[in-house]
Amino acid sequence: MKTKLNNKSEVKVMTGNETAALAATLCRPDIVAAYPITPQTEVVEKLAQYHASGKLDAEIINVEGENSAMNSITAASLAGGRVFTATSSWGLVFMYDAILVTAGARAPVVMVNVNRETPGMIAVSSGQQDMISTRDCGWIFLIAEDCQEILDMVIMAYRLAEDHDIQIPVMVHYDGFYLSYMAERVEIPFQKNVDDFLSVLKQQPERTKLMPGELLGCGSHGILGGYMEMRHKHCQAMERAKGKFEQINLEFEKKFNKNYGGQVEEYKLYDADIALLASGSMCGTIKTVIDEKRKHGIKIGLLRLRMFRPFPNEKIVQALKGKKCVGVVDRSLCFGFKHGPICVELRSFLSDIGDTKILSFIDGIANTDIKKDNVKKMIDLIIAGSKGEDVPEVTWVSYDENHGGN
Amino acid sequence: MANNTYFKHEGPWSDASKEFLCSDTGSWRTKRPLIDNDNCIYCGFCAIYCPVQCMEQLDNTFVPDLNFCKGCGICAKECPKNAISMILEREFK
Repeated sequence: MKTKLNNKSEVKVMTGNETAALAATLCRPDIVAAYPITPQTEVVEKLAQYHASGKLDAEIINVEGENSAMNSITAASLAGGRVFTATSSWGLVFMYDAILVTAGARAPVVMVNVNRETPGMIAVSSGQQDMISTRDCGWIFLIAEDCQEILDMVIMAYRLAEDHDIQIPVMVHYDGFYLSYMAERVEIPFQKNVDDFLSVLKQQPERTKLMPGELLGCGSHGILGGYMEMRHKHCQAMERAKGKFEQINLEFEKKFNKNYGGQVEEYKLYDADIALLASGSMCGTIKTVIDEKRKHGIKIGLLRLRMFRPFPNEKIVQALKGKKCVGVVDRSLCFGFKHGPICVELRSFLSDIGDTKILSFIDGIANTDIKKDNVKKMIDLIIAGSKGEDVPEVTWVSYDENHGGN
Repeated sequence: MANNTYFKHEGPWSDASKEFLCSDTGSWRTKRPLIDNDNCIYCGFCAIYCPVQCMEQLDNTFVPDLNFCKGCGICAKECPKNAISMILEREFK
């Protein structure tokens, strides 16, 4: 990431949650409704605090649960408002029917989801399983790596969701427990610059909204051809979102002097023979290990997914073409598949990538730390794979089948 | 209906007066509500409880809109005077 030290009003040490709440506040939402849940609670607390102090000039709806939160902000969004909510795991599952409606009605809602294991085994721990469990809901999914990126990504998310060509809700994901509670240096942009950046939306044609007294309805056409037409339009808009996100990324760079790389971030990939494909907070550790390995002459790079839905297959294929071996790190499971979910999706483009060996690494489930040693173990397997040695297609890095976890 | 110009907007927005009443629910009906106007006290329960809101009030009578009445029989069940009976559709043919 390139960054120049201007264009910011102040630098603060903030947790991921506080950053998310501040980012939403900077975007001046009209309606906010969120219900607290570990590890997202601080987002709701901060939003309430900003509201109380007058910093957040929005209507806050005190809801009795996540399902109400999503339903109320979807309605507010259809009435033309800019809306925000935040959730995690159980909360995301509890609003599952509502997020499907949000996507179906093409309401440009922005939500942060603080990744946590799903209710499966009452796990109060990090993992991307909640993201994977809701991936086909029709939302755009973005994944942040650090606190700074949470702030910048939420601002970009509004530009993407509310764009007249897109009009799809956006979920910004970041790792619970790791990013949610980790305090680090965050550069806060000037309010005026955020306003300027978002003002592009005001120049676009006004989107359709509910008006009192007007006989206008949204989303009650679940039969026959109309349904198919909407779904087809939705899929086309998803494809457009890829290019739009690249464009927003460039405009963001112009305004804030930061460039994360669009749909994917390429880290030392240009001359690499082998690579890792990963997402979220683990990428910081992976980058450190890559730097160390490169000192020893191992040409390895990282491809970091910033956008998971729509799946940036063109960018991935372009970046990974010609690599001898690629390891995909998944912090979640794809039950019924041996491989991790992102690996499964990458493998569906294997014929486009060419003669590349793909390895699946499953790690970081339920707060298992993805330490430097874990990454080194993955890289050793990738190197072995690139030399044509017999390596397992799927490796649970922190779990030994004979001796258990860690 | 199955063409690509059904919706004018990016989202599923449409004219509620036309499109909300587009479902041909009347074709689902196997029984038809028949109102005995002599017993009817015009309380309006049938209109309130009708799931498709097809009971229309005409002066001092209630008449189901048979384009939308799906014959569920809730009006007959709720009528305090038992003034509505559900008659098999074939009886009208």
